Parts: sequence; C-alpha cells; structure tokens
Amino acid sequence: MAYPYTHEKEVRVLSRGWGDPRTRTVEGWKAMGGYTALEKALGMSRQEVIEEVKVSGLRGRGGAGFPTGIKWSFMPGEKKGPHYLCCNADESEPGTFKDRELLRWTPHQLIEGCLIGAYAIQAEHVFIYCRGEFFEATQVLARAVEEAYEAGYIGKNILGSGQDIDITVFAGAGAYICGEETALMNSIEGRRGLPRVKPPFPAAVGLFGKPTTINNVETLSSIPHILNNGGSWYRQWGTEKSPGTKLFCVSGHVRRPGNYELPLGFPLEELIYDVCGGFREGRSLKAVIPGGSSVPIMSAADCEGCTLDYEGVVEKGSMLGCASVIIMDDSTNIVKQVRRMVDFYAHESCGQCTPCREGTQWLARILLRIEKGRGTAEDLDTLLELGDQMTGTTICVLSDSAAAPVASSIQKFKDDYLALIRRGEKVGAA
Amino acid sequence: MPESTHPQETVTLTIDGREVIVPPGTTILQAAESMGNRIPHYCYHPGLSAPAQCRLCLVEVEGAPKLQPSCVTQVRDGQVVHTTSAKATAMRQGVLEFYLANHPLDCPICDQSGECKLQDYVHAEGRKHGRSREPKRVFGRDDFGGDVLFYGDRCVMCTRCVRFMNEVAQDPRLTVVERGNRSVIDTFFEDGVEGSPYAGNIVDICPVGALVSKDFLHKARAWDLDHTPSVCPNCSQGCNIDLHVRDNRVQRLKPRANPEVNGHWMCDYGRHRYEWINRDDRLRRPLYREGGDTVPGEWGTVLSELLERLEETRPIRAVASPFASTEELATLRRVVDALGGGEILFRSPEADDEIPLPGFPQLARRRDLSPNRRAAELLGMKRVGDAEGRGGLESLADYTGTLIVLGDALADMDEGFGSHAALYLYLGSHPSPAATKADVVLPIPTFAEQEGTFINVEERVQRFWPGLLPPEQARPAWMPLGAILARLGAGELPATAAEAFLAAAELMPELMGLRYETIGTRGAILNEPVLVTAP
Repeated sequence: MAYPYTHEKEVRVLSRGWGDPRTRTVEGWKAMGGYTALEKALGMSRQEVIEEVKVSGLRGRGGAGFPTGIKWSFMPGEKKGPHYLCCNADESEPGTFKDRELLRWTPHQLIEGCLIGAYAIQAEHVFIYCRGEFFEATQVLARAVEEAYEAGYIGKNILGSGQDIDITVFAGAGAYICGEETALMNSIEGRRGLPRVKPPFPAAVGLFGKPTTINNVETLSSIPHILNNGGSWYRQWGTEKSPGTKLFCVSGHVRRPGNYELPLGFPLEELIYDVCGGFREGRSLKAVIPGGSSVPIMSAADCEGCTLDYEGVVEKGSMLGCASVIIMDDSTNIVKQVRRMVDFYAHESCGQCTPCREGTQWLARILLRIEKGRGTAEDLDTLLELGDQMTGTTICVLSDSAAAPVASSIQKFKDDYLALIRRGEKVGAA
Repeated sequence: MPESTHPQETVTLTIDGREVIVPPGTTILQAAESMGNRIPHYCYHPGLSAPAQCRLCLVEVEGAPKLQPSCVTQVRDGQVVHTTSAKATAMRQGVLEFYLANHPLDCPICDQSGECKLQDYVHAEGRKHGRSREPKRVFGRDDFGGDVLFYGDRCVMCTRCVRFMNEVAQDPRLTVVERGNRSVIDTFFEDGVEGSPYAGNIVDICPVGALVSKDFLHKARAWDLDHTPSVCPNCSQGCNIDLHVRDNRVQRLKPRANPEVNGHWMCDYGRHRYEWINRDDRLRRPLYREGGDTVPGEWGTVLSELLERLEETRPIRAVASPFASTEELATLRRVVDALGGGEILFRSPEADDEIPLPGFPQLARRRDLSPNRRAAELLGMKRVGDAEGRGGLESLADYTGTLIVLGDALADMDEGFGSHAALYLYLGSHPSPAATKADVVLPIPTFAEQEGTFINVEERVQRFWPGLLPPEQARPAWMPLGAILARLGAGELPATAAEAFLAAAELMPELMGLRYETIGTRGAILNEPVLVTAP
C-alpha cells in the first residue's frame, strides 16, 4: 500500500510504516523492528544515550533546529525532584501536517522515542500534548499508549530494567499559542496558554516548576532509529550541519502536494518540479514559504539553487522552520495571502504582550484595507515600522512571526501592493 | 555566570551613565527607581507578581541581543543599562502607539484623567500624531459589582486587577477571557466582585480609567483634589491613607503605601466610611449655660466661665471617645488627674470578626472598629457598653460631680443626660441631644481637620494631618483642656499638636523618646528598642 504520493527519491525512515494500519499496534511495530531501540537504550548509560544523539547531529524538528543531544544535556545531572519530558504534538503552524501523520500511523515509534528520551533526561513522566483538533490522531495514540502499558513498555519497571516511566496523552483545546513550549506547559498545568518569560528556561524551571525538556514529535520519532543504527548511520543523509532525513509538508499550487521524507539539503527546485510534479498547465513559480507561515517569503529568484537544509534556506533569506513548504504560482495575490496569514496570527495572539496584541490586529486591518483597494503608499511604511516595533519586543516570537511575512512580502512583492494601492488593477496573471 | 556562584553583599551597575549599588536580587526597574529614574510600566506593581507583559519597561542592557524587561531582569555586577537610549525610547514610543490604537480618547469624561499613566507616558514620550486610521475596537461598559465599574475600551490589559484578586485578595473573581486583541477582563459570575472585602483596591491599581469607582464616578477631576496623608479611622488597623479633598469635602479615601501596616491596600469597609467627615451639622461655636439656656459665646468668655465654675475638690468623671487623637485623650487624662483623679469611660464598637487580607497577612479589618482604642487603654481608660458602642453609662445618670465628655456623641442618651452634674463640659464635633444639659459645649475638629496621632492595634503610633478646614471656632480638645491644666498649675498650654504629643509622653512611658519628626509618615512602634550607635 502506497501512502498517498510517495516518490522514489524519498528516504523513508520515519514514514516507513505510513499507510499500513498494522504499525499502529505493538505487534505490527515490533514486526518492523520496534522497541528494540528501547531495550538497547535501557542497557546503556544515560550519558551514552545522549552522546549517541549528539553524534547523530539530530536537530529539533519543531522549527528552531536546536541540536537535540545538547538540549538533553541541559537537564540537571543530579536529580532533586521530578523531571518531565513533554512531547509537543500541538502541530498548528499553517502549512504543517507531518506530526499528525506520525501520530496516526506510527504512534509506537513516538512512544519508543519518548521512553528513550525520558530515560536519558531522568524523567519519570512524559506528557504528549496533542493539538485539540487532532481527534483521530489523539485516539490512535491513546490506544497505542494503552497497549504499550499492557505490553510492559510503559509503567513500572519497564522491561525489567527497574525504570518507571509513565506517559500521559493530553489533548489541547485548539490554541496555536499552546505550541509554544512554555504556553504548552501552562496549558498542561490547567492555566491559560500564555507563554512564560524566559529565563528561567524549562530545563531549570519547567512543567509544574520542575526541570523539563520539550521535543517535537518528529524529533522524538527519530530517536529509536538513531539508537538502533547509531549516530553516524544517521549522518549518511543530509549535510554536515543538518544531518538526517526530514519530513517536508508540501502544500499549494503543485500537482502532488503531500508529506515527503527527504534527506536534508535536498534542492528546493527538485522538490517542486520533480517530487511534487510541478505546476498546473501554464503556471509558473511566484513565491515559496519554505518553513511554515512564520518565516519570510521567498521569491522565485530566491528559490534558484536553494537547498533545503537549515543553513541553505537562511542563505536565501528565509528559514527552514519545520519544513512546511507552501508553494504559490503566478495566480497568487500575495497581499491576500499575507493578509490571511496575519489574520491568523491576530486571531491566535494570546494577548499578553502589547506589541503583539495590538500590532497583529493593526497589521491585519491595514492589509485588508489595501486588499480592498483603499490603501495608500504611506500604509506600506506604516506596515514596515509596525513590524519593526513588533520584532524582538515580546515574550514569545508570535509577534515576530506575524511581522516577518509582511516585511518580506513588501520587500519582494512591492509591485503587488502598489498595484492594489493604485486601485482597480488586477493582481496576478489572468 | 561565574560571578553569581558566590554570594555577594551588593551589586554595582550603571544605569544611564550613573553608577548605582543595590542588593543582589534587585531588578533593574527597582534599581533605577532607587536613583529616582522611574521606568514606565503598567503590569509591574510592587505588591504583585510581575508577568513582564506590558513591554513598556524594556531597557537596553549592553551585551543582551534584545531589549530586556526591567521589571523581571535582575541586576548583575558591571551591567550597563540604558533606559533612554535611542533604541529604548523608540521601543517605548512604539508600544505606546500600540496602546493608543484601540484606546478611546475619552479623557474629558474619564475619571482617571489627570492621574492616568497612559496620559502621562504618551505626553512624555508618545508620537505627536497617531498613525492608526482603523476603526477602534469596542467592548463597552460592564458593572463588576460592588463599587467597581469596568470600561473595557480603556483597558490596557496589564492584568493587575486579575492578579490582585488571585494573589492578594485570594478571591479569584476576575479573569481574562478570549485572547489576542479580543482579550477582555471579565467576572466569572453575575456577582462579580460584589462582597469581596478588598475589591476596591483594583480601582486604585488600574493604571488607566478601565476600573473606576461608582462612588467617585464623575464626582471630581483628579487635578482638583488635594491629597493629605492620614490614617483610616474606621478600625484599629490604622491603614495609611490619603484624604482626597475638594471644596473642603473628602471626595474619597485612597490607601497610602506603608509596607509595615497596609502594604498598598485598604479594605472597602474603611474606604467607603468617610461621609460622616463631610457632615454639615457641626458644632460651630462655643456654648455656655446662662440661666436655663445654652447660648453661644466667644472662646474667651466661655473659657473663663468654665474655669470659674471648676472646683478642684469636687469629684470628677469623664467619658472619652476612642476616635479622639492621642493628644486629646492624654490631655483629658491629665485634667482628670489634676482634679483629683476619677474614672474615664469609653465605648467602642466591635465587629463580629476580623476580615483578613490573605495575601498580605499583616492587614485585616480588625474587630475593634475604633482607631485609637489602644491609646485609651494605655491611658487607663475603661471600656464600657456593648459591641455597638452603646450603653454602659447608666451610672452617670444621677452623677452630681464634674462631668467631661470628649468626642462621644452619646447617640444613645437622651436630653436629660448630665442634668444632675454640678459641672458638665461637652467637647464634640457634632451636636448631640445629650449635650443639651451641658454647662459648656466646646466645638472640636474631626481627625481630618487637625493634626494628631492614633495608636493602632499593634501599638504603632501614626500621625495624621489636617486635610480639611474645621469650622472656624473649632479647636482641638487638647487646647481648652490644656488651658484648664495651665489654670490649675498642672502643666503648660501646648502651642502645637507636637507639643501636646510631647506632654502626652510624660503620662505614657510608651511614647518616651518619640517626637513627631521621628514618627514621620510611616509611624513608630511603641517600646521598640532604640538603636543606639556607639560614639
């Protein structure tokens, strides 16, 4: 059974079991070599586990790309109270749909990764925070957790190792901001999902005030494979600084949008034209948002020679983020797209910080005015200045994320804005 | 962070080019404040937790990639902070512009106008002209119950009110509902803050006109109010307050910060009991009995009349009020002692229970509802009557000696009170039927109209200042009583309240060594060991 749209250039490590319902069971996962990594990890010292992950060079797949092994080593070595591991399954970034597939097809892969991570950071409890809208995925995961408890992989004295690790599946209530790690912790604690001021960082004061590590679903799902095959095996894909495979969520104006697992450093143009089958008849590339809606927009020129690794995309003026590639062809009204995104941020701003609470809404209103043909040239300056005032002045980066596409789109697609400002002119080819 | 691993006594940092030395753990905002540099802020309040969300107190710290919230960033040795650099100023201007994007410009009808932090900050650093051309968001008005009215459009979402109710009142009645630009403060139930005994404080800490007092609504403009430091007279806690006065009438009471007594807070019970101070039915002239009637007279005449009728050999008894100042009470004691000594009775109202403020345990609305009962007790006066402050004076009905009543309006007594006394002197601020038979009636000011001290429940002596002009002829009781003393050769007539206080100390060893100057605006604990520095 082929998972909708696969491609021969894919390297299917994490997504190998996708499309096969059998991988949702303990037996099915074991048949694919599952739970051997857990056994292996429990036989190693915590330090050795962390070392192996460091060797692999695995970087956090949630968007920031921070090296996972180093993040784990921030946890206090000497344990003075409970430690927690949180798995961030609140996948809400517009354009991203990889974690949902990991949850609903290979829940045991994630569970195994969580258990290994918990062992490495001496956590006795793992919280998997699932996005509120993920009804099916959360149910599949919860069922898998139950089954793994019964099979003795979770709970007291795992596999006779003397380790006690519990896993709780936690369903959010549908707020984008709860994907921010400290808001996520507040949400689990039963508070409003508001990001916390850092410092203190979660490794010192996290969930319930205890040392906590938060990892993305894709990050933790990679762990069993790294433990099984070794860190250097993982490095056979990707680049020196961005090793391994990555799930690319492609959406937009291509013939075959979807999830593709590719080695990092994969050329963007090859992804668009080969893997995803290019554009509809007569259409051509206008813009790409390479890493989810929070990152700067790339023009067609930026895409030339761009490689999809953390450094390659930065070189072209954007960020890889969580590798959610939104592709737009020449029929796109960029102003409308940006307005839609800013609307999203205005709706999802938690409302704590003034620049974000007021700024996101203000940007959205100006953009709507421009879109409706009632904008002025001064509005563009105001947009850029407000964006500046919203960048780096808030507790979390939602505000920066709302400002980034506005600034980059004005910079790269100013003609689209000006055309709308000179009202009556249609934007985008007919 | 190697330098923070060993404990230090002090931290030295530079703020705007000036060096400042503060204890470790101080925040940049507090350090700046200690040198008189008030960094603008909304969400930070010294009596609450700091969520660092208003983003107005961001400052530039050399070496930090972003501006830092000064309300939560702790000082570090050698830190160099700029609060007025181009970057910090531009940021504040930007944040202020965001505040104004939705804030209504209804200052002309807003109660906060004149004491509004948004007005102040925008006036100081805001843009000349707003750039927003978009329609403003509208929430409208909501009755939060009790004395609190909420104007949602003016809210700057600092959440001080929510945190006060959660952390200090520990009575979570408010919350933020919705998110983003739609965030609004709301109550959980229809009752809102109704019945929450400290809810009035949320009006005080609201930096803008979002939470206003129904009692004060449209009553006075902030710039027309004179502020006088005083002490709340409504229980024995002695919360430090300011009298806010316009046209010689108290318009409202506001807490005055004193970390040792009331923090930044006061209870609604005390806050709303000020109308009696504004009563117009006052004793305005000295009166004396001529034949069967009491007639008004000049102070000189009335006093000589009084001194003439005094007989040192006659037995004397007195009734005092625990609402009178320490100076007045002590002078009364001295007069009674000089006239051969006699019992002084006082009545004082009591509540059924205390109303503590859980987040600030030193503060409670005390059971004892009079401000100066402790002074009366220290002066050997005897409490009689019930918890309503009534009764207990039956033994005085047929009393035939000299009778002095100070301050007690004797509301439960009828016109025959004191009719058997050989000499009946009544000193009061308001007329009373029980003064009808007095031989001499002397008008005195209320606590709000004179200088003096109260001694509170924890034996802290605290000063209050005159905020209102008393009726022209009213004199503090220590003055006529002091004249009696002088006439008897038992002391000098004090010229000022400060002298009356020093004279009181002769009678009250607890006050020894204290002077008005040393008591200051924060008060002083009685019998507290005095720190003596070796020469």
